[in-house]
Amino acid sequence: MSDQLIYATEVILNGLMAGVLYALVALGFVLIYKASGIFNYAQGVMALFAAMTLVGIMNGQVPFAHLINAIFGAHITHFGWNVPALLAILMTMAVMVLMAWCVQHFVMRHLVGQEPIILFMATIGLAYFLEGVADLMWGSEIKTLDVGLPQGLNVWIDDTTYGIFGYGFFIDNLDIVATVIAAILVAALVAFSQYTKQGRAMRAVADDHQAALSVGISLSFIWVLVWSVAGFVALVAGIMWGTKSGVQFSLSLIALKALPVLMLGGFTSIPGAIVGGLIIGVGEKLFEFAIGPLVGGATENWFAYVLALIFLVFRPQGLFGEKIIERV
Amino acid sequence: MFYREAGDFKTSYVADNQTFPIKFDRYRYYAVLVVAFGIIPFVINDYWANALLLPFLIYAIAAIGLNILVGYCGQVSLGTGGFMAVGAYACYKLMTAFPEVSMFIHVILAGGITAAVGVLFGLPSLRIKGFYLAVATLAAQFFLVWLFNRVPWFYNYSASGQINAPERDVFGIIITGPNAPAWATYLFCLIFLTACAVIARNLTRGTMGRTWMAIRDMDIAAEIIGVNPLKAKMTAFAVSSFFVGISGALFFALYLGAVEVGEAFGIQKSFLVLFMVIIGGLGSIFGSFAGAAFLVLLPVVLKVVGADMLGWPTDIVAHLQLVIVGALIITFLIMEPHGLAQLWRVAKEKLRLWPFPH
Repeated sequence: MSDQLIYATEVILNGLMAGVLYALVALGFVLIYKASGIFNYAQGVMALFAAMTLVGIMNGQVPFAHLINAIFGAHITHFGWNVPALLAILMTMAVMVLMAWCVQHFVMRHLVGQEPIILFMATIGLAYFLEGVADLMWGSEIKTLDVGLPQGLNVWIDDTTYGIFGYGFFIDNLDIVATVIAAILVAALVAFSQYTKQGRAMRAVADDHQAALSVGISLSFIWVLVWSVAGFVALVAGIMWGTKSGVQFSLSLIALKALPVLMLGGFTSIPGAIVGGLIIGVGEKLFEFAIGPLVGGATENWFAYVLALIFLVFRPQGLFGEKIIERV
Repeated sequence: MFYREAGDFKTSYVADNQTFPIKFDRYRYYAVLVVAFGIIPFVINDYWANALLLPFLIYAIAAIGLNILVGYCGQVSLGTGGFMAVGAYACYKLMTAFPEVSMFIHVILAGGITAAVGVLFGLPSLRIKGFYLAVATLAAQFFLVWLFNRVPWFYNYSASGQINAPERDVFGIIITGPNAPAWATYLFCLIFLTACAVIARNLTRGTMGRTWMAIRDMDIAAEIIGVNPLKAKMTAFAVSSFFVGISGALFFALYLGAVEVGEAFGIQKSFLVLFMVIIGGLGSIFGSFAGAAFLVLLPVVLKVVGADMLGWPTDIVAHLQLVIVGALIITFLIMEPHGLAQLWRVAKEKLRLWPFPH
């Protein structure tokens, strides 16, 4: 194999891994969109919120410490204990469920029947709100998240490829773990929606709200459930991205990266989110590798959007989206 | 009591079709103009101009532009920041290439260039609708910002990658650069805002505005009754981008003076202008003003109350601001999805009958 081809292979592999992480965020979007027709812009901030909560609980930080100090003039910061990762994840999950309930109870319940664009705007408002709450609760400084996932160069792949091609592939252990976890997550989600009672109810709601109501499914319960599941997906995505690049504001911007993934795959399709994520991941890494140096680099910022834009002109519903039928 | 139509007779079609058919409204409008043009320039100082008035005027222009696209034509755009950047950089290139030409012409030309770019990025709207279009406009946002960051020609190969507004004057009065007096920059922006508002108001109630609204309400039905969707959508993108381009040019040349594109015209700017339009009211010129005023005032008020009066650390105030803005947006959408403009309309309806509502 020529050198270029080997480099390209490495780039593709890394692109696939990055794509899995994009898909992980996109999944959360698809879940909520399918079940309630809400395009949840806050998904990225939910990932940030989940990751910050996880770090805060693990470090035993006092929530709202800054605010309490400012109001009462106290000097509290930590409880003085550390919570093991697994327990902290469970507690964070409980927080996410609580958040889901609040979202349903205080926001979405009042917006039933509004136009989709209004709901979209409400989730943007929610994104701001959550971001502010997260900063108030745990402080806005950059935090490191370590739940014990392996990180760094995978030596085995490096050695093996070096033996075969004379050039070691650089593949991060974390990316491999992320891929495995994403695969498990998707399998679990599919199993949940296919084989459990709540999953069936969720799909029924996604199909037709009124019909679901008429057979005795509680819409508000299902929506809390859906937001909780989306919160869980956000937590997983937050752990992955947080471990990779630190827990900070830019984490919430991955939501923007997930949008072209959704457009490619179609808003309503779980396989679409995965395939779209892989295409975007590989596409942007390859483009940066091949064309990037010619035009000044950092093409990753926009390539995904332009790719999705061009793609949509030819297929407006995305790869796996439901065919758009318009009636007057 | 004072606000009623009774006794206000119209004897010509012109009088019947004027923008403010009720006498009280009309006089109020004149009074606002007199205060804005005749009184504020004499009492203005640097703090008021830079903290409140300039951002309000400039954002109001951008909000009017976006409102035409989102509120009147129904094409959601998240590319406002990118289009503002086009206006800013076009203005910068024109200012440095033709120093002797008046700033008026530069700003208008910058708007024109932005309109052309807007039409280009608006073309996919013929195929893509709704959310898909909103996300597609993100392509414009990120691509344009990247372009201005990476291609040195746009920032005249300056070492910092920033663009700095050189000193330019209108009729001998300096209006850009650090030596510009506050009243001059204020008046310059005010003239543009007034012109934009009048143009927008008259466009939206004419043939063009009606075709936009037809497309917004149901594009297929509009097509059937003979509205040309290509023409309607492209004109909406062009007019909207023209205004947004003007606001971008003013934002750079008069307000900031020096601009780093990712910081000044990033995705946050797109959302900010979109919020102004939504909080103000979709499909309302007055709403654009109200939304811009609201979101310009809010951080200033919060800062004054939180940091100066209560003495809280600035980072907490900044976080609280996020929480409050988010909560306000949600509350607004729940209480009044049609924004401040609708509240104003309701208030006017009530006032017309007051004090004898039966």
